[in-house]
This record gives sequence, structure tokens and C-alpha cells, in this order.
Amino acid sequence: MMGAYLDFIRIRFITMLAYRVNYYSGIVIYAINIGAYYFLWKAIFGEQQELAGFTVAQMTTYVAVSWMARAFYFNNLDREIANDIRDGSVATQMTRPYSYLLVKMMQGFGEGLFRLLLFMIPGMIIVCLIFPVTLPTDPMTWMIYLVMLLFSFLINSQINILTGLFAFFVENNEGMMRMKRVMVDLFSGVVVPIAFFPGWLASVMKWLPFQAITYLPSSVFTGRTPGSEIAGVFGLQVVWFVVLLVPIWFTWRAARKRLFVQGG
Amino acid sequence: MLYAQLFWEYIKNYAKTRLTYRMDFWIEILSDMMFQFMNLIFILIVFRHTPTLGGWSEAEVVFVYGFFMIPYGIFSTFFSIWNFSERYIVKGEMDRILTRPAHNLFQVLLENVDPPSLIGSVVGAIIMFVCWGELGLPFHIMDIVLLAVFVIGAVLVYAGIYTALSAISFYSDAPTGIVPLMYNIQNYGRYPVNIYNKMIRFVLTWLLPFAFVGVIPASYFLEKKADDLSQLALLTPVVGLVFFTLGLLLWNHGVKRYRGAGS
Repeated sequence: MMGAYLDFIRIRFITMLAYRVNYYSGIVIYAINIGAYYFLWKAIFGEQQELAGFTVAQMTTYVAVSWMARAFYFNNLDREIANDIRDGSVATQMTRPYSYLLVKMMQGFGEGLFRLLLFMIPGMIIVCLIFPVTLPTDPMTWMIYLVMLLFSFLINSQINILTGLFAFFVENNEGMMRMKRVMVDLFSGVVVPIAFFPGWLASVMKWLPFQAITYLPSSVFTGRTPGSEIAGVFGLQVVWFVVLLVPIWFTWRAARKRLFVQGG
Repeated sequence: MLYAQLFWEYIKNYAKTRLTYRMDFWIEILSDMMFQFMNLIFILIVFRHTPTLGGWSEAEVVFVYGFFMIPYGIFSTFFSIWNFSERYIVKGEMDRILTRPAHNLFQVLLENVDPPSLIGSVVGAIIMFVCWGELGLPFHIMDIVLLAVFVIGAVLVYAGIYTALSAISFYSDAPTGIVPLMYNIQNYGRYPVNIYNKMIRFVLTWLLPFAFVGVIPASYFLEKKADDLSQLALLTPVVGLVFFTLGLLLWNHGVKRYRGAGS
């Protein structure tokens, strides 16, 4: 059975490979994005040496690595699921001997692998040539970061799946998907590190899963998170991954009941 | 006249389809508001850490953002063709469009019209006028005329760029990642362009002129800065017309190449 799931990863990866040319433009535009934020942050720092625990050099690295991480974990699972629901193909897929949601996750992972190899890594190399990014030298940090990045992908995909499943309950979840995208970009810390948020908002963020997508791994990678706290930060990601399984499971259960009703 | 009638029919159709699912309609409006609100949060967060941004005060940057929202709302209302490639090229709906007498771009745009986006424009105008008072700027009757001209110019800039991007689908039916990423780029027109380096400033001013949908026209109403962007402000309608013409030419050329999706 596992073999079938691995095939889903492989097939999606190959499918993406057919469209690889489209991702070259993506690298260019991500680089422009990183550039714009780099200049924005430089202007914000101005004469100041340190803001919210970040030096200018750390901030530059943070911006670059956060955007490139987004290049990896970003996917449209929410839209794919919503489309499956809207055109009814989800019903066909439910009759097959595999878990629909797990397959979606695998397809997302196939896309993620593609994005990692053909988008994030080359993009990172190009960005490092253009901007003064300082990468950590400790191989341990790299290892930890890669594992955390995997959890970024998992948590982001879980949020996408959850958003996509809402198409069962609202006729059209376009608005929700848009809202989710904005929320993830802002609250995950791609645009602003959470340390910059005003106190009340920062404490709200501590209780939401978004920070586990970008802010936590990027802070570890840039060396802003002290070594003693790394284990706790990673633990937080794992906890969120497990916690998010619960609403997905409930939504899926409710959705299947609802689908049955709609099938009348 | 025919086009005005058609426009009205499309709007009526829109109302009928959307009000069938009222809940979703309100969620979409809410999500639009949230989106704008979050961009504001970003500006407010930034100014907690610095008194000025490239020589612009918080009220000025918010003012620019308010201006930016007005053309953006109008553009989103009439140009929400994000899924053009998938819906019209891959699924072949373009065939249906081309069998009708009205101009194809006009039809495509009106089939996807999205009036709730106009709320963003209203909110933007309110933000702008609040900042106007806050900054104690002088107010002349001419300003309203110029504001209208700038807004139309900015909408044309958007329209030109996105028409050109949608037209790419005629040349390559593979989904390009350009549209969503362009969406990211356009936000840089909201900030004072003098914080970027020369190359990016050049791109934002002349190649993908998103500086003309926000900071340049808005600067016309603000105090003069060292680099005096406001000199360029009067070019906004010109840039808009040039880019819209280019976009339309590329589109029309693409339509000629279009072979249909059928066998």
C-alpha cells in the first residue's frame, strides 16, 4: 500500500517537472521580492544597529531564507481540494482504496520536493550571490533546519487541506482561501518577523500555528534563537502538527456525512 | 450604447448568481477587508520601529496606501481574470467568447466582474482623506479632478499589465507562475520608491510601472521630497494609456493565434 502513496509523490514530481520552465520565472520574481523587502528593512533599520533582536545581517538572511522556504512549502492543496469537491470528483476518489487526504498530502509533498530541488535551492544560490546573506556554518544547524522545514511544509499543508475542505460547507470558499493566504504570509513571519509585532499581537501569535511555518525555522537558521531553545521550538512544531490533525479529522468526518446528503 | 446595455446585463447576472449564495458573498467581502487591514497592520508595525521610512512619515505612507487602494479596488472589480488560462484556454471557453459579436476581452472581463472589490476603494478613499486632514494638506477643487485622472491612469496601468499577462496564455497554454508572483510585485508601489536601489526603482517606474499605481500619483498631494517624485505624477495617465495599449495589442495578437481547444 505504501508503494501506491510513494507513486503519488513520484507522479506529481514528474508532472511538475513538465512545467519546470514556469518556475524559472518564479525564481526571478522571488529574488525581486526578497530584494524589495531587503531594501524595505534596510530603510526601517536606518541608523539603528539592532531591532527586536535582529541585526541588519540577520534580517537580510531571515528575509532571504523565509521567502525561499515559502518557495518550498507553498502549494495549492486548498484549491485542488476545493475543485475536487466542486466538480464532484472527490466522490469518485472516496470510493478508491486509499485515503483521499493522505493522497493529497503526498501530491503536495511531490510538489514540495520539486520546489525544493528546482526552486528553493537554485533560488537560494542566486539570492546569496546578489544579497549579503550569511549562512550558518554549523552542519548541525543545517540538519535541524531541514527537519524544521519539513514540518513547515506539513503544517502549511494541513492548513491548506483544512481550508480546502471548507468547500464542503460553503458553496464557494474562494474568499476563505484568499484570507488564509494573506493570514499565513503575515502571521507566519514571511513579511514581518513576529518579534516585531506589538506585544498583544505577538502573544496572540504564540498560541497560533502560523509561527511554526516560517518564523520558528528561520529564527533558528539565522541564529537568533539561542541553541538552548532550539529543542523547545522544534517541539512546538511537532505539537502543532499533531494538534492540527484533530480539526482535519473532524472536518473530514463531517464532510463525508454532508457529501452523502448532497448526493441525494 | 450596446456595450453599456451588455454591461448592465452582466451586472444583473452577477447579482443573481452571487446572491444565490449570500453567505459566500459576505465571506468574500470580509476577506477583502481583512486583506486590506493586514497590509495596514504591516505599515503600522513597521512604524513602531522607525519614525520615518526613506524620509516619509507614517501618515504619509498610510496616505499613499489609501490612494493605492482606490485604483486597486476598481481594477479588481473589472479585471478579476486570475484563472483566465485555465478556464478560457485549457477548458476552451474562449471558443464560446469568440463566436459572439462583442469584443472578446470585454466579454471575458465582464463575465468575471466582481463589484464587492469596490468596497476597498471606498475604504482607501476614507483612509486617504483622514490622512489628508492629519497632514494638514491644502485642498483645492482641482485636486478632485487630478485624483480622478490619477486613479484612471493607475487602473489602466494595472489593466495593461494584467491583460498582457493573461494574453501569455494564448502563446503557451502551460500555467505560468507569473500572475500570482506579479501580484506580489505590485505591492512595492505602495512604499516610497526611493528606498530601493536604482535598478528596482527603474523597473517599478518604467518596466512594470507599479510605482504609478501608488506612490508617484499620491506624492503629488504631499509635501515635496528631496527626490521630488511628484514631478512624475502627471505622467500617470500617459503611462497608463501606453501600457494598456501594449497589453491590448498583445492580447489581440494572441487572440489571432488562438486555435481553439477542440479537436
